[in-house]
Amino acid sequence: MKEKFIKFGKNLVTTEEFVAEGHSFCSGCGEVLALRLACKALGRNVIIANATGCIEVCTSPLPVTSWRVPWMHTLFENVAATTSGIEAGLKILTRKGRMPERDITCVAIAGDGGTSDIGIQALSGAFERNHDFLYLCFDNEAYMNTGIQRSSSTPYGASTTTVPAGKFSIGQTTWKKNMAEIAIAHNIPYVATACPSYPFDLMNKVKKGGEVTGPAYVHIFSPCPTGWRHASDLAIEIGRLAVETGIFPLYEVENGRYKLNVDRPKLRPVEEYLKPQGRFRHLLDGEIEKIQDHVNNEYAKLKAKVACFAA
Amino acid sequence: MSKRVGLEASHAAAEAARMADVDIIAAYPITPQTHIPERLAEMVADGELNAAYMPVESEHSAMSACLGAAAVGARTFTATGGPGLEYMHNVLYVASSMRLPVIMTVANRALSAPLSIWGDHSDAMGSRDTGWIQVFCQNSQEAFDMTLWAFRVGEDSRVLFPVMVHLDGFHLTHVTEPVILPEQEEVDRFLPRFHYPFALDPDKPMTHGAFGPPDIYFEAKIAQEIALRKSKAVIIQGFDEFGDIFGRYYHPIEPYKTEGAKTLLLTMGSFSETAKIAIDIKRNEGESVGLINLRLWRPFPLEELRQVVKNVEILIVFDRCISFGGPGGPVSSEIRAALYNQKERPRVVSIIGSLGGRDMSVKDFEYIIDRGREVAKKDSQELYETVGIRGEVTDIRGLK
Amino acid sequence: MREKRLKTGSDFTWRDIKVGNIVTEVGNAALRRTGDWRSQRPIIDKEKCNKCGLCWLYCPDAAIKPLEDGYYERNLFYCKGCGTCAKVCPREAITMIEEEEQ
Repeated sequence: MKEKFIKFGKNLVTTEEFVAEGHSFCSGCGEVLALRLACKALGRNVIIANATGCIEVCTSPLPVTSWRVPWMHTLFENVAATTSGIEAGLKILTRKGRMPERDITCVAIAGDGGTSDIGIQALSGAFERNHDFLYLCFDNEAYMNTGIQRSSSTPYGASTTTVPAGKFSIGQTTWKKNMAEIAIAHNIPYVATACPSYPFDLMNKVKKGGEVTGPAYVHIFSPCPTGWRHASDLAIEIGRLAVETGIFPLYEVENGRYKLNVDRPKLRPVEEYLKPQGRFRHLLDGEIEKIQDHVNNEYAKLKAKVACFAA
Repeated sequence: MSKRVGLEASHAAAEAARMADVDIIAAYPITPQTHIPERLAEMVADGELNAAYMPVESEHSAMSACLGAAAVGARTFTATGGPGLEYMHNVLYVASSMRLPVIMTVANRALSAPLSIWGDHSDAMGSRDTGWIQVFCQNSQEAFDMTLWAFRVGEDSRVLFPVMVHLDGFHLTHVTEPVILPEQEEVDRFLPRFHYPFALDPDKPMTHGAFGPPDIYFEAKIAQEIALRKSKAVIIQGFDEFGDIFGRYYHPIEPYKTEGAKTLLLTMGSFSETAKIAIDIKRNEGESVGLINLRLWRPFPLEELRQVVKNVEILIVFDRCISFGGPGGPVSSEIRAALYNQKERPRVVSIIGSLGGRDMSVKDFEYIIDRGREVAKKDSQELYETVGIRGEVTDIRGLK
Repeated sequence: MREKRLKTGSDFTWRDIKVGNIVTEVGNAALRRTGDWRSQRPIIDKEKCNKCGLCWLYCPDAAIKPLEDGYYERNLFYCKGCGTCAKVCPREAITMIEEEEQ
């Protein structure tokens, strides 16, 4: 860690808005809340590269921009590569004396599509080359911006427009790709999962990730009222349920050492998480049981890793 | 004191990037470009060049990284060819429309399928409309010169466009030729430091890459097109300044023995030099022929072309690429379009050859001249002819 | 905010577009009245409020403003009426009412 930072609490969160009000995200969007908090944690000295997706589209329709920090968007599939170039460019210009030494955090922002599908090659490359950057994946579990099409981050049993529930289909039949573990497998110094329902935890992790030297990855669970089909005031509650049911555990891995941030003696049943969401409405008890078994297994695996590689 | 050395065109291009004091090289190896990134990596490893070499994991990421680096004000260079150029295709459009000057050597290579590591112009032609400034080189000296020139022009604040420098794969990239290398002081006089006026900077935040709704996209593209056309003036100025300092003057179109010639052959790239020998032979035999070496491909040199073909009866255009199902080779189609509305214009014949590394001899170019004239005089309805194909091609349109 | 209204693409000729389509007016989205979107609005009951600030923290639209006295005020220019603030308030000091009811 570059410096010892103070953990966030309510009075330590800046009132400055780095993503301007007046953006065009959906009413009740969990993703923009997470983005807002993340930007507060990072401050002014950032250069953000953004992949195509909800965040990019809702913040930058020419000639309007929501961004109050330097920001660059090129394509959907290459944000990790673009950020690599920004980081390497700043480094070499500093080394050659063309610019003074500055403390600028290079940040890459993408959705689950731009991260686990079309962007995974660039991400893997950027991790392997050990660039000093923070990658934030805002995971709303589908290609939401273009109309709720499935991604490899879409959970089992969710109905999306390209893999819809129907007479012969339960929707997604594959399990959610575990991007956090993929990041961990690259042996990068810092990986964490976060959720805007736990705002201080999210901000702490984003700040930590920004200060780490080397690649950092924070996977941010982003409830989406539009795509998940729940009421616009439920994003925070859904996020909390995701953590409390074990669907989306909050943990961080620093240099391979695991730490579970939120744990309960007994996880809530997954049904409590699935029921309020229209995208799971079609699921029968058998499928819900399957999901429960899967969550139990994955959570047990995670607990074992936490015990084995304790921070 | 400038020195004369034997250099492979690949190494000449790398040497130019070194003398230009490039900051970032993000490249992915692909035959026949490999000697360029390899040489640059060696220079960085040995401290001959103070740059960051990014061994990216694909060409798409190579160009993406270059965009990021250019956006913070770094001088960037990359190289690719063939399928590599295609893999970064999506990003090429972004480079030019975001006005980020990236300099790229393209080792022209054929496209799959079938897989071919050997040279032709298919990759260049596939990137015709990407909005980059593009030039073709005949020899290793030009590989060096055009790379230096590319930095000067692309990074100019009146231009701010990326530049492609095309080198024929293998036929040029792997050929050692004499190259005059200038003094570093001369290079520094020619090429100022890169200053990107809109660099990403927390002290001066800006938004790069906003998306374009229908009510503004069209205007944005026209603005880009007009800027590209306007850059021609700086292109010419760049050529002139280059000549003033280094003694070699380049032009968008380079006529070779065209005075009074009734038939002209138009070629691009290293085969122009082979074709020139054919021209010499024919002229010795008393034939009224000449050659146009087309150097500047984009922005297309309309005025220069129209000027040089005044009073010409037959213009034979040699393409190293097929435009499948199209009305001729890509270059010949453009030439025809450029000349269509002229009151007096030559009859344009399209001849396609040397795909996938098929070699072309002087005799082949002599054949092209003869056959081209024959075809022109016959008033043939053929779309194009081929040269060097085994087995007779009766009608490229597939008709009887 | 120097400009009076949110710019749209139709305001631009090709000459007005900056090089590379760069936008230099940071945060000019702040001119967009997203408050027009809502069908319900929050009412904050100051009596019940304990100034915890969670409404401000959790508002996706940054449409709740902290005041000098420690209380919070909704910003109807931006508020989209999602109801998150009402949901997270630990004192149930915020209620959502229909836009027509005032």
